[in-house]
Amino acid sequence: MRELDGASNQLVRLNGVAVARGRRTLVSGIDLSIARGEIVTLIGPNGSGKSTTAKVVTGVLRASRGQVWRKPGLRIGYVPQKLSIDWTLPLTVERLVTLTAAFAPHEVEAALRAVGAAHLKRAAVQDLSGGEFQRVLFARAMIRKPDLLVLDEPVQGVDFAGEIALYELIREIRDTTGCGILMISHDLHVVMAETDTVLCLNGHVCCRGTPDTVKASPEYRQLFGARAAETLAIYQHDHSHDHGHHHHEHAEVDADVR
Amino acid sequence: MFGDFFSRALIAGIGLAAVAGPLGCFVVWRRMAYFGDTMAHSALLGVALSFLLSINVTLGVFGVAALVAASLILLQRQASLSTDALLGILSHSTLAVGLVLVGFLTNIRIDLMGFLFGDLLAVSSTDMFIIYGGGVGILAMLVMFWRPLLAATVSPELAEAEGLRPEASRIVLMLLMAMVIAISMKLVGVLLITSLLIIPAATARRLSRTPEAMAAISAALGVLAVIGGLYGSLSLDTASGPSIVVAALMLFVLSLLVPAERLVGGKGLDGTHT
Repeated sequence: MRELDGASNQLVRLNGVAVARGRRTLVSGIDLSIARGEIVTLIGPNGSGKSTTAKVVTGVLRASRGQVWRKPGLRIGYVPQKLSIDWTLPLTVERLVTLTAAFAPHEVEAALRAVGAAHLKRAAVQDLSGGEFQRVLFARAMIRKPDLLVLDEPVQGVDFAGEIALYELIREIRDTTGCGILMISHDLHVVMAETDTVLCLNGHVCCRGTPDTVKASPEYRQLFGARAAETLAIYQHDHSHDHGHHHHEHAEVDADVR
Repeated sequence: MFGDFFSRALIAGIGLAAVAGPLGCFVVWRRMAYFGDTMAHSALLGVALSFLLSINVTLGVFGVAALVAASLILLQRQASLSTDALLGILSHSTLAVGLVLVGFLTNIRIDLMGFLFGDLLAVSSTDMFIIYGGGVGILAMLVMFWRPLLAATVSPELAEAEGLRPEASRIVLMLLMAMVIAISMKLVGVLLITSLLIIPAATARRLSRTPEAMAAISAALGVLAVIGGLYGSLSLDTASGPSIVVAALMLFVLSLLVPAERLVGGKGLDGTHT
């Protein structure tokens, strides 16, 4: 249905895309489309091809097989994974916002205000907390007025309260700007509430659908459920510095979501 | 009043420092100090080849340094050895091959010490022309590529996703370094060139809030070091390269006296973002 009435709103479409590096196939058989105002989340274990798929969407990687269609003139905003800026590079927040293109001071101000970081304008990026830094990166991506916002693990290294606030911000961005959002996530819990379509990857698309469909699907359970709690716990440690004590909080949110 | 040679060296050195400052910032930000050393060491091979083939020395040095950079990029793609090890191989083998070749050139007298440590008497009017011509070219390229270079330094993935080309920026940066090494070799010497890139930039960090400010301050500090170093070299009769580096080092030590709480970027050396 979305396919039909959303045809003119399509931003990107991948049909049967495969990416190979040397002899190794990184991903194959990826069908994926993102429309204006839609949130698509890619989940899957490490090395399952989430980043590779996202790079095909942004055009950084070329598909070795299949078709990629991108709306002509598609503007992409990108929030990278785990950005750490060396102390040797002096960088203020306002300078970071104008990193890839120049903007007028009032535009910078407005972008920072939109993510609730206006007061940080003149701060050095090295002095920001994890959550503040992520907000500034959102402002940096949004000032470009992108059609498509690509978020690579947007809540990594952010504490639990900050995490909830960031998801709130993501939804707000979608609601106010109407841009499409492609999100890569390790996090199987909170993410799913905001998402229209989840693609569960493991070298190929294991299953897809609304968060509820995916959660109920046997493929998803096989990939994430079989070794259940144990696997999940390791998994969470994997992408975070201090998630250990948040596990049961995650569980609570999970319950709320359902 | 100091004789022509001194004003030539002074003018050449000032031009050099003005270029090395901003470029040196990238060397510091991108942790390319060892890479710079490797290119600089290959300069001696460039000198020897230039004499063998009787071509312009500056051109020969630029050619060899650029070639070393290209081989490093190719070797990195093979990715069997770490970059660190590759640099070690390239650095010392080019220096060694250069020295062996110089030994073969029995019919020409090469002032080895001059090439290794710099010689302010060696700066000719042609060299000055090369330094200013090349310097203006380098600065123009840096201004042109500033934004993609900086974006690629902060995050290659981000630059790539938003349509800038980090790999191209990296090649531009390597070529610029090869040029700086070629034009600065006579004055500063093969062994000390990278210090002119690194020390003023490291000094400027403590005094800057933005990348652009750091580039400008670094250039200014480099110019100060050259002026101080060359006057010292003249009055104490010391080699020009080491004298300039000692002057730069003194400025760096002075900058350490700036109290930590007045520093921009607050947290100091270990204040990296997590």
